[in-house]
Amino acid sequence: MSEFVSGTLTAKNIHLSFGSNRVLRGIDLHVEKGTTASVIGPSGSGKSTLLRVMNRLIEPEQGDILLDGRSVLKDNPDELRRRIGMVFQQFNLFPHKTVAENITLALRKLRRMSKERAREEALAQLDLVGLKHKADARPANLSGGQQQRVAIARALAMKPEVMFFDEATSALDPELVKGVLALMTDLAKGGMTMVVVTHEMGFSRNVSDTVTFMDAGVVVETGSPEQLFTEPRTDRLKGFLSDVL
Amino acid sequence: MDLQEILKQLGETFLDWKAIGEVLPKMFAVGLPNTLVLAVTSGVIGTVLGMLLALMGISRNPVARWIARVYTDILRGLPPVLTILVIGLGFGPIIRQLSGSTSPYPMAIAALSLMSGAYIGEIFRSGIQSVDKGQLEATRALGFGYGPAMRLVVVPQGVRRVLPALVNQFIALIKESSLVFLLGLVATEREIFQIGKDAASTSGNLSPYVAAAIFYLALTIPLTHFVNWIDRRLRSGRPEKKEPDEAAAVVGKGAQA
Repeated sequence: MSEFVSGTLTAKNIHLSFGSNRVLRGIDLHVEKGTTASVIGPSGSGKSTLLRVMNRLIEPEQGDILLDGRSVLKDNPDELRRRIGMVFQQFNLFPHKTVAENITLALRKLRRMSKERAREEALAQLDLVGLKHKADARPANLSGGQQQRVAIARALAMKPEVMFFDEATSALDPELVKGVLALMTDLAKGGMTMVVVTHEMGFSRNVSDTVTFMDAGVVVETGSPEQLFTEPRTDRLKGFLSDVL
Repeated sequence: MDLQEILKQLGETFLDWKAIGEVLPKMFAVGLPNTLVLAVTSGVIGTVLGMLLALMGISRNPVARWIARVYTDILRGLPPVLTILVIGLGFGPIIRQLSGSTSPYPMAIAALSLMSGAYIGEIFRSGIQSVDKGQLEATRALGFGYGPAMRLVVVPQGVRRVLPALVNQFIALIKESSLVFLLGLVATEREIFQIGKDAASTSGNLSPYVAAAIFYLALTIPLTHFVNWIDRRLRSGRPEKKEPDEAAAVVGKGAQA
């Protein structure tokens, strides 16, 4: 797989509340260019919210987000999101468009590509995820695994510097998880900067460069997979690992 | 009076073929075109107005939401006959003074449009709000702003879902357009119902009403079946075979990684 133009992403002291519910309470996360950071933790710990704050789908109340060392909070958020690809648990493909159109929409409207050029690009991305032959199908006629791979292709087509995965395999049937994880592994090895919120401990342990354990809106532990999985220092992480492993 | 006499009398009252035949040319030349112009024009204006109201109704601006709410509550809560009379008779003279036009025809279209706009607005709003939140989120994550994301992804899906309800609203509009006779349209502006009514009152026979009914049914029944057809299609989608995930085991180049 070709090389990516990846960036370094840093979140500093991120705070966010929904009403009286303090969802994020001073999160720090640093993802070096070309590396994969996995974020693990119990549901409701703020992992998915953290992703949405880092691409400014939700604005943080406090803290800073830096891409390649430069704060992006003053930039146009729409332009920031063109630089950060995101893959969702529920795929969120556009059901009224074909697979190829799902990918060409942003290329044509945001990158101002010609129809032919965008189609060419879409087919190239679909080829990378092994679904070129489905270009003219509707998402509803694909399996969950295929839909998620289209969603990954859709995000990659924008040539992002960072990719976010929000529990990308949680909604998949067990036999389809493998294919999507293989593709994510491939991206990680290809040098894409990735932040992966996941319940797949195997992926977190074997593929990611760093692991961050979040609970109740704070980072409890962060370090190498080796450190966190074999020598957890806190009771909270020990408890979490014994629950999920 | 025995049964045969009753039937004969009913037949003369409702199925006087001569009376029906006499009213047909006027139905085709005047009534049908006017009903179509009234229904189609106010349908188009009502759809545009309805979309505006729907977008206001879901906007983050509380003033816009409030205006849409109040408008919709009032226009949906009034009987159509009252709306048409109040707008036609109340605003008609003002328009007459401003434009010099004495025809109540534009007022009839305005009343029908304002009314259908309120209903269509609620139809669109429910459709747009039924679209999964993930669609907006995914579109925005690609780098689209709120407006383009709504326009390109969310609204088209919402509208598609409520097409049956929208066509039902057009059917209602065709029927409600008959109420504009209350505004006293001139001879060339009369629609199906009034052509029937005029002929019935001059001949003293109800058969022209039957002719009008047939004209309405010729418009509404095909539309009803069109609704059912769209509904079925939306439910089942195009018949395409769902394939098993044959590529799941071999993920393009990913599998060899």
